[in-house]
Amino acid sequence: MTNKKATKALPPHPMEALLRSERLPHIWCAGCGIGTVFSSVIAAVQKSGYDPDKTAVVSGIGCTARMAGYIRLDSFHTTHGRAIAFATGLKLARPEIKVLVVSGDGDLLAIGGNHFIHAARRNIDITVICVNNLNYGMTGGQLAPSTPFGAKTTSSVSGCPEEPFNFCYLASACGSVYVARWTTLHTRRITNSITEAMQKRGFTFVEILTPCPTSFGRRNKMGTALDTLKFYHERSVILNDIDPRDAPVDFGSKIVVGKFVDKERPTFIDNYQLVCKTDIGDWPDFDGTAVSGSQATR
Amino acid sequence: MNGDYACCEGALSAGCRFFAGYPITPATEVAERMSRRLPALGGIYIQMEDELGSMAAVLGASWGGVKSMTSTSGPGFSLMMENIGLGICTETPCVVCNVQRAGPSTGLPTLVGQGDMMQARWGSHGHYEIIALAPSSPQEMFDFTIRAFNLSEKYRIPVIILADEVVGHMTERVMIPPEKEIKLVERRKPKVPPGDYLPYHPDPDWVAPMANCGDGYRIHVTGLTHDERGYPGMDEQTQAQMVNRLIQKIVSNADDIIRTENIYMDDAEVVVVAYGISARSAKQAVREARAGGLRAGLIKLETVWPFPEKLIRDVAARVRAFIMPEINAGQMVLELQRCAGGACPVQLISHFGGSIIHPRTILDAIENAAASKGYVKNKDVEARQAFRRSYRRRQ
Repeated sequence: MTNKKATKALPPHPMEALLRSERLPHIWCAGCGIGTVFSSVIAAVQKSGYDPDKTAVVSGIGCTARMAGYIRLDSFHTTHGRAIAFATGLKLARPEIKVLVVSGDGDLLAIGGNHFIHAARRNIDITVICVNNLNYGMTGGQLAPSTPFGAKTTSSVSGCPEEPFNFCYLASACGSVYVARWTTLHTRRITNSITEAMQKRGFTFVEILTPCPTSFGRRNKMGTALDTLKFYHERSVILNDIDPRDAPVDFGSKIVVGKFVDKERPTFIDNYQLVCKTDIGDWPDFDGTAVSGSQATR
Repeated sequence: MNGDYACCEGALSAGCRFFAGYPITPATEVAERMSRRLPALGGIYIQMEDELGSMAAVLGASWGGVKSMTSTSGPGFSLMMENIGLGICTETPCVVCNVQRAGPSTGLPTLVGQGDMMQARWGSHGHYEIIALAPSSPQEMFDFTIRAFNLSEKYRIPVIILADEVVGHMTERVMIPPEKEIKLVERRKPKVPPGDYLPYHPDPDWVAPMANCGDGYRIHVTGLTHDERGYPGMDEQTQAQMVNRLIQKIVSNADDIIRTENIYMDDAEVVVVAYGISARSAKQAVREARAGGLRAGLIKLETVWPFPEKLIRDVAARVRAFIMPEINAGQMVLELQRCAGGACPVQLISHFGGSIIHPRTILDAIENAAASKGYVKNKDVEARQAFRRSYRRRQ
């Protein structure tokens, strides 16, 4: 009872307008970086200037995916790996709605990898925010496609035998128009990056390295969440505009962060309209005036 | 027009403006025609990377407020099960057309089967009720697709069209009625302002009004067990409430959902219960049996799920035998047996797939059932009825 009274006496949460505060407390562990990313997402939505009634969040399954349940926007907590596919349907059906996908590395790039690469290829106009905590946190810390070689997880007790993905390189190779990587230490940069990504047209990707003290940190001698942040602070190097293939996440030497890709490319809907207005019979154009970016955006 | 095209035209007439699919024999023609027809109507056709994505995109589009569908066949249907479950749990209206081929696995890609009947019912995990329709001609592909959209919008559920390869590829005349003659049902909108809206608070018919994404209601939609607010609730009470509603909205509205075509059923003694392409063989067999003086009848299941339990129970009490032809090793026949409850024998005509069941096979079964002890041929019955009528008149 006393607790309840105490809660009532608290001033409203500063992000109340975009927070389902009746759902608090959240499920995330102490020291988890998802809360930081969540705040940045809310701040970015506010900063981007989009009408919150016309902004939607789609997530899959996992710790990060629970974000959809705490944000006061139209929010969809879908099936494991299918957030991007769901968002594709939503965006194409209602192009005026700004669609954000927030999910973990396992959800987006292991089970959902196929949807990720194809949405990037098609340049579906969505912003994908990937919280990379290097393992499957919700199920207790199994190895993920992001787990560094040799790292200990509950399903690789002698060390992860696989080499991890460089997600930013993958996104860029698949045609993503905006690719950035940060750690939870770079709070302002995350907010700015997500805002920038939201304001772009096309498939945009922001990866955020996040401590997972409960499942990953404690098995890999990373100490507390604060120790992990210190580690990020020491090791991370900001290198903007470099080719993401040269920006691996290497815990042994340095963690390269920054904005790697920022370009323009016609989106799926641009091209769909372009092609469908043209006689289908004339396509593909073999006379040398193939469908180009500038034509497609008109 | 072939059945697959008719399905596409039915969907467009029903107002479908979003199609996400993946090519698969024998359902590809639905997607192909959609790709040609949708852009001109301002709709979106997208060929997804797989059926998992197709089904997810269909759900996403539906929450965007656009009527959406996909089409597939066995292997793709298996992949869609995950998100069909999400559609059921989140009560998302959409239509899935499964043009069945023979399985299991890759099976006979180009040949007919009816083996997905049970998968349609409980193929996704957890307990739920589903609506599935079984067309037996291109005309029915058109009509049932419209009905599928209407049911899905009315009851907020993915509706499955269980067609088969023969119906999908068969070319027949299809009558497309004028637009104004087609009755369409749209999803119920919330009547309260955003602050008071409970996304899963049902009306008396167990169906909750649905706010679309972008309507300003800022809904939360989750595949987790959720309460009336749509928020996760990890306890058995919330689970019971949610699952009960999902079941009740179908079960308590079964009379509205279930449709059967009953042929020669007034005085039938041997009744064939059939669906899809097998119902056409059955119709022919029943006609021939009648011509031969046998009192045969046909119950053609237009709605296969929910199963017409009441009808079968009533009929079982007054007929001599049920016969069910299906192109599988016996799936719907289990339901028929259950509903007949031992009141009359139930015979299965099973065919493993690859071709349809010949009417002759069904006719043989009708004749065998009729030849069993105590059966009265039509002539005798007519004589007996004539006697009764004259007796009543005298009184």
